[in-house]
Amino acid sequence: MTDTRIGAAESVPRTETPKPTYSVYGGRFAGWGFVMVALALLGIFVVAPFLMSLGLSFTNQRLVQNPNVPVQFVGLRNYERLFTDDDFWNALGNTATFALVVVPVQSALSLCLAMLINSNLPGRNVFRTIYFLPVIITMTIICVIWGALYIFPGGALNALLGTLSGGLIEPVDWLDDRRFAMGAIILCSIWASVGFQMVIYLAGLQNIPEELYEAARMDEASGWQQFWWITMPMLRPTHVFVIIATTIFCFKLFTQVQILTQGGPRGATDTLVRYIYVQGFSELRVGFASAATVVFLLIVLGISLVQRAVIGREE
Amino acid sequence: MTDTWLTAARYGLKTFAAMLILAPITVMIVASFKSGSVAIVSDFSSWRALWVADPTWENYDRVLSGAVVPFLRVMFNTTLIVTSIVVLGVLVNSACAYGLARFGLPGKGVMLSLIIALIILPLESIAVPLLLLVNRMGITDTYIVQIIPFIAHPFSIFLFYQFVQQIPRDLDEAAIMDGASPFTIWWRIILPLSGPVIATVAILQGLEYWNSYLWPLMVTRSDEVRPVSVAVAIFFERDPKQWGEIMAFSVMASLPIIIAYLFFQRLFIRSAMSSAVKG
Repeated sequence: MTDTRIGAAESVPRTETPKPTYSVYGGRFAGWGFVMVALALLGIFVVAPFLMSLGLSFTNQRLVQNPNVPVQFVGLRNYERLFTDDDFWNALGNTATFALVVVPVQSALSLCLAMLINSNLPGRNVFRTIYFLPVIITMTIICVIWGALYIFPGGALNALLGTLSGGLIEPVDWLDDRRFAMGAIILCSIWASVGFQMVIYLAGLQNIPEELYEAARMDEASGWQQFWWITMPMLRPTHVFVIIATTIFCFKLFTQVQILTQGGPRGATDTLVRYIYVQGFSELRVGFASAATVVFLLIVLGISLVQRAVIGREE
Repeated sequence: MTDTWLTAARYGLKTFAAMLILAPITVMIVASFKSGSVAIVSDFSSWRALWVADPTWENYDRVLSGAVVPFLRVMFNTTLIVTSIVVLGVLVNSACAYGLARFGLPGKGVMLSLIIALIILPLESIAVPLLLLVNRMGITDTYIVQIIPFIAHPFSIFLFYQFVQQIPRDLDEAAIMDGASPFTIWWRIILPLSGPVIATVAILQGLEYWNSYLWPLMVTRSDEVRPVSVAVAIFFERDPKQWGEIMAFSVMASLPIIIAYLFFQRLFIRSAMSSAVKG
């Protein structure tokens, strides 16, 4: 029975013993027992709120309902108000700006870092460990640290820029100047999560067969040629994942702006999720915030449908 | 010759990038050992932001004494919440994956695709209705409200499912012959074999709540149940800023996870890598 060498199976006549199955133990009944807890929790805490947001967006539901104002169906009123609210468009625009800058810059930087340390040179693990470090520090603490760097006029960043430029660059009020606040948020965010994408790229790079580069070197391809004709095309699936994941990540922007700028100055760093938070939590307008949530949901869904389409086309 | 130069340039760039990552962290650590907020802020604008001449523990003393902010309490809260999510999450999600993989349940395909579809659904997109829901349940400002919604985790189920599929059914069948119940098979065979996935899933789910801010900000009101992420933000928003204490708080709050990371960095990095195989 335990002899698995080739040939052994041929010499010993196989006796087909009926295979025992889970049906002996009431099979499916036990199976439901195993999946039940997770499915119930997902149903209550993920699917139900998801469906609720669709339903609530057509009502005037409040977090704490005024007993004199019963919950009513209000049709499309929430959506009408949402789409005519300048603050909403401002928040959506800021979020899109953030994504438009962070997605390409952070992806490119993380690919550079991954390529820099993807070699047999000693110290590879040390650098990898350092670059990934910010990912495990909680975002609120990262904001506190950057809050210190952005102090006006004497913060570290202003001092550094002043010294490097020989005093040519005037100190900037990073978090309180409409021109720079979003830039400050972007810088802090990239610092915080570039290590995560780097690790993903590193995994992608390690999957490229070394023979491809060897063949290219035989043909005397330059480093640039190898990069454009081997590395980049072979990383396509990784690019797709990194770009999509980073885009969704960008649309969730909340912690950094809530702590560093509270969406200010004058709305310059307000974001979609912060808008939802303020409307639903601070203003207690659950119905209205649900309409904004539905919009957010459609954006995330749209992004991942693009991912499906791109991957599907490749396969 | 050019090779040597290239290698040197590579190291130069790598070191420069490492310094950009480490400098802000150094600023935090250095400031935590200085006294006097005014002096600290004026130091921020010079090289002294990265150097402390006469280190003092007074910020640490004050934070630990709980006079300014209940540091030990919020650390305990975070530890309790994250541990509960991770332990219960491993049990519940692994059980679910085992049930889906082995019992030929009707509607299994639908359940699986639903679970995979839920992976992309961020908490932010259901936060407001979920808040209304837990408000109705009357569980706001408790540990429960920070634990229960995060136990069942679609991506963890997916990872466990993929793994259970690779475990040969022969093992289950041999155990059944020996009279093992499905529960025994899961507990004694499937779970012990799932070690690598358990590590990945524990780190992913643990980091997720460790890093979260929006949800605990909405559902906690008191220091009794508040996690570190919210407590540090509240401390930071208080004016005038006590930079020394804020930084000492941040250092102490980050220290346990940094130590864990340095010891298990391979596991941390592997779990980050595994998030790229989303279906």
